[in-house]
Amino acid sequence: MELLVLVIVIVMLCSAIAVLLLKDFLAALAAFSVVSLGLSVLFVILRAPDVAMTEAAIGAGLSSLLFALALRRLGLWHLRS
Amino acid sequence: MSMDTSLIFHIAAFGLILIGSAGIVLSTHLVRIIFGIALLEAGANLLLLLATYREGSSAPIIVDGQIPAVMADPVPQALVLTAIVIGVGILALALSLALRVQRAYGTLDLREIRQRLEQDIADEAGIELPSSIDAPQAVVKRQEGRA
Amino acid sequence: MRRISSALFLLGLGLLIAMIFQTMEFGSVAPLVGQAINATAAEQVGAANFVTSVVLGYRGFDTLLELTILFTAATAGGLVLGKPRAGAVRDPDSGFILRAGADLFFPLLLVVGLYIILHGHLTPGGGFQGGVILAAAFFIPILARPGTSMDHRLVSIIEGLAGAGFILIGLLAMLGGGDFLTPLLDTGELGALLSAGSLPLLYIAVGLKVGSELAGLLAQLSETEASD
Repeated sequence: MELLVLVIVIVMLCSAIAVLLLKDFLAALAAFSVVSLGLSVLFVILRAPDVAMTEAAIGAGLSSLLFALALRRLGLWHLRS
Repeated sequence: MSMDTSLIFHIAAFGLILIGSAGIVLSTHLVRIIFGIALLEAGANLLLLLATYREGSSAPIIVDGQIPAVMADPVPQALVLTAIVIGVGILALALSLALRVQRAYGTLDLREIRQRLEQDIADEAGIELPSSIDAPQAVVKRQEGRA
Repeated sequence: MRRISSALFLLGLGLLIAMIFQTMEFGSVAPLVGQAINATAAEQVGAANFVTSVVLGYRGFDTLLELTILFTAATAGGLVLGKPRAGAVRDPDSGFILRAGADLFFPLLLVVGLYIILHGHLTPGGGFQGGVILAAAFFIPILARPGTSMDHRLVSIIEGLAGAGFILIGLLAMLGGGDFLTPLLDTGELGALLSAGSLPLLYIAVGLKVGSELAGLLAQLSETEASD
C-alpha cells in the first residue's frame, strides 16, 4: 500500500512539473490529465469514493475537454517550435 | 508505517500547491497560468481532504445494512465535492477570457499584452509613455515607429 | 527583476508551508462534527450515503450557492464568448466512423448518467457526477458533427426549470413550518431506492441543472469562431 502511494505521488509530481515545462500544449494537457487521474486514485485510498468519482469525471474528463476545445480555438493545437 | 504514508500524502499536497503557485507566478503565457490555477486547485483539494484522515477508517457509506465501526468524516468530503465543481466553473470562465484576450490583442504573451495595455491607456490619456529596458523587441520597434 | 521577486515569493511560500507542516498536527485530530453526523445521519436523513446527507441535508444551502456559482460562471462564459459570426471558417467534416461511434455513445452515457444520479443516496455518486456524464452525453454527438449547433434555448429552459425546481422543493419545506431545504417526506427504509425523503428529487434537479449548464457551455466554446 505504501509503495503504491509512493509510486502514484512520484508520477503525479513529475507530471505536474511537466505541465509547466512542456512546450507543446497538447502534451501539457495530457500531463494534466495524468495528474488528475493520480489524484483520483489517491482519493480512493483516502476512503473518499464520492470525491474520487467527482475528480475522475470532472478533472480527467470535463476539464481536459474544456482545455482541448479552448486550445483548438486559440490556435495552439499544433505548436511548431 | 502510518507516519510514512501520511508524510507522502502531505508532500504530494504541498508539492502540487507549490508547483501550481510557481506556474502562476513564473509563467509568461496565459494558458500556462490557467494550467497553474488548475494544479493549485487540485493540491488544495487534496490538502483539505487530508485534514481529517484517520488510519483504519472506512468510507462513510452503509452497504447491505452493515455499519462499519470507524467511518471517515463526511463533512470535508462534501466540501471538496463542492470545491471541485467550482474549480471547473472557474476554469471555463478563465478559458473564455483567454479567448477574448487573444481576439483583442492577437497574442497570449503576458509581457506584450501588458506593454500594449499601458500603451493604449497612455494614448487614451494623451501622455507619453517612458520606454523601459524590459520591453520586448516587437514593442520597442513599435514605439520607435510611432515616435 | 521580476524573476528574482517571483523566486523570493516562492521561497517564502515554501518556508511558510514547511512551518505549517511542522507545527500543526495532522491525522490525529478527532473530527467531532463528523462523528456526530455519522452516528445520527442514518435515522435522521435515511440516506445510506452519508456524504449525500451532508451535501443535501445538513449543508443543503452550500449546494444551492454552488449551483449559483456554476450558473454565474457558465453565463459569464457565454457572455464573454459572444455569438459566432455567420460565415466563419469551420472544422472539416468528420467521417462515418466518428459519427456512428458518437451516436452509439449517446444512449450508453445517458443510462450511466441517469443511474448515477438516481442512486446518489445509496452508492457513491449523485447529481454532480451524473450531471457531468449527462453533459458529455449531449455534447459528444455535436462534437462529431462540426457545424451543427445545439439548441441553446432548450438548454436554458431546462437549466432554469431544474434550478427553480430545486428552490421550490426547498421552499415547500418552509410551508410546513420547517427551515429552508429541510428534507421532506418520510425517510423510508435504509438502502431502498425510494428512501431518504426528498433527497433523490433534489439530486435529480441538481443533475439536470449541472448537465444542461455544462453542455451549453461546451457547445458555446465549440461554436465560437477561431480567433485568427
